Amino acid sequence: MSQTNRRDFLGMSFAAVAAVGGAASLVGMKQAWDPLPSVLAAGFTTIDLSNIDLLPGIPKTFTWRGKPIFILELSQAMLDDATKAGLPKDYHLTIGDKSYTVVVGLCTHLGCIPAWKKDMWKCACHGGEFNSSGKQTFGPPPKPFVVPPFKVEGTVLTLGEDGPESKAMIAARA
Amino acid sequence: MAEIKESFFSAEGIDKRLNGKKFWKVMMTEYWIPKDINFLWAMGVVLATTFAILIISGIFLLMYYKPDTALAFDSVNYTIMQDVAYGWLFRHMHGVAASVVFLIIYIHMFTGIYYGSYKKGREMIWLSGMLLFVTFSAEGFSGYMLPWGQMSYWAAAVITNLFAGGSLEAYGLVEWIRGGFAVGDATLTRFFMLHVFLLPLVIIKLIVVHFYTLRIPHVNNQNSEDIDYDAEAEKYLAGNKKEAKVIPFWPVFLSKDFAVLGLFLIFYFYLVFFNYNFAMDPVNFDPANAMVTPAHIYPEWYFLWSYETLRGPFFDMFGMKAGDIGLMIFGLAQGIFLVFPFLDRDPDVLPAHKRPKFFIWFWILIIDLLVLSVYGKLPPTGANAWVGFYATAVFLLLWATLPFITKSDAKARGAL
Repeated sequence: MSQTNRRDFLGMSFAAVAAVGGAASLVGMKQAWDPLPSVLAAGFTTIDLSNIDLLPGIPKTFTWRGKPIFILELSQAMLDDATKAGLPKDYHLTIGDKSYTVVVGLCTHLGCIPAWKKDMWKCACHGGEFNSSGKQTFGPPPKPFVVPPFKVEGTVLTLGEDGPESKAMIAARA
Repeated sequence: MAEIKESFFSAEGIDKRLNGKKFWKVMMTEYWIPKDINFLWAMGVVLATTFAILIISGIFLLMYYKPDTALAFDSVNYTIMQDVAYGWLFRHMHGVAASVVFLIIYIHMFTGIYYGSYKKGREMIWLSGMLLFVTFSAEGFSGYMLPWGQMSYWAAAVITNLFAGGSLEAYGLVEWIRGGFAVGDATLTRFFMLHVFLLPLVIIKLIVVHFYTLRIPHVNNQNSEDIDYDAEAEKYLAGNKKEAKVIPFWPVFLSKDFAVLGLFLIFYFYLVFFNYNFAMDPVNFDPANAMVTPAHIYPEWYFLWSYETLRGPFFDMFGMKAGDIGLMIFGLAQGIFLVFPFLDRDPDVLPAHKRPKFFIWFWILIIDLLVLSVYGKLPPTGANAWVGFYATAVFLLLWATLPFITKSDAKARGAL
């Protein structure tokens, strides 16, 4: 009887040590695959809206964290369409009398970059479409373009830093 | 252990120590194969050979390939293709074999389905084979990333994004898999590791398991006859080769295999030398660019059918987002073949032409997969989107009806 208990104790101790060691190695292996600190740190981009030759109705593309950022100054017709569709004012970024669409230019379906076609973004991968406000209008995309976190100082956007404007835009899409 | 008296330095002594003759018998001269088979039974050896070609050509590519986003494209398209003697040959052999291996896998798979070679004791062969298919798919995907062209990059972006799970928005998981906010250097190096080390290791192990699960139950035959291998082997060994229903794997079965293999290799090298372009997408000769998605992206031909199930449902249904439904069907398409033996409710092992309803089911499945593959390559607009939608619906319907169709066949035969 005492022999059996001793065996059990040895068996359980061995299992416990192996389990702790196994779990610890899994944590280490998981973290080795995490994005590197240098990747996480290099996450800020500034764009001066007054300084990028933006024409109303024609978007431009910038890069932030390796992802495209679409910036579009809405034309009056586009704004009228958005109002007609019942989109709230916070759906766009308003600076002075101008309204902008500021979004991450990746299709919310599987991450392809949709191309601007006349008055909307069209995704070549699975046929998704987004209007000038960045709202999905056709195909598989489950939600509007994602709004990146940004801070506004005058006409300068700092992408990667939280600000009330981007928070309001994100809330308007929730 | 029986002590071995023969000298270590003699042929007999070495054989005694390694048990070579016994092993040869079990694996070769007394591994019995039914006579009642056709060329479709040669696909296993064809696959093993193609895998060997992939490993050998891969070794030569590996010596010059550089897994770095700044160097990868040139190391493939300049160094290997133009500088290395016969580098172009090894690349074309590797690319064509990677494509053709899926053709043979599909033939191998559908031979198994047609002749019912996945049930009544052969379930493990089927399961290990399907795991091989999944691992080969991962191997194909990871290898496709390495030349770091536009298709490499965007295939990587789209496929890693699948892990966000649609509306689940598990972007942390996607970034973990990529090692960054977007597909980049960390992604390339880790998939390089998977492609040249971990996945080939898993494939080799799975091939051993696949063969092990096959060795004892033996292969099926054209009429799915339940052969008494011990009795038939005795006949063969007694010299009654004409009456025996079996032949030894070596030299009799393999000689037939080698004939099929010879024809296959002629076809394969014809592709390598004269028609390699189908495996070399022109878009992938543009270097990867994270800021431009190619006008139309599509996977290699062997993934097209499952890709089309992903985008088949293009409008919201049942209170769910179109993208989520597509993702669920796509997930189902990846796993459903794995459970084939358990969806087939017919208790008999029979070829499809002796199971009338299953026969029709089988050919509709083949046609549906072909339709999905063709439309998976076309842009998803207008009527194309609807063909994709209905073909996806038929795909789902086929699996839903499989248990009932197989049961109904069995009832008509009086087996149930």
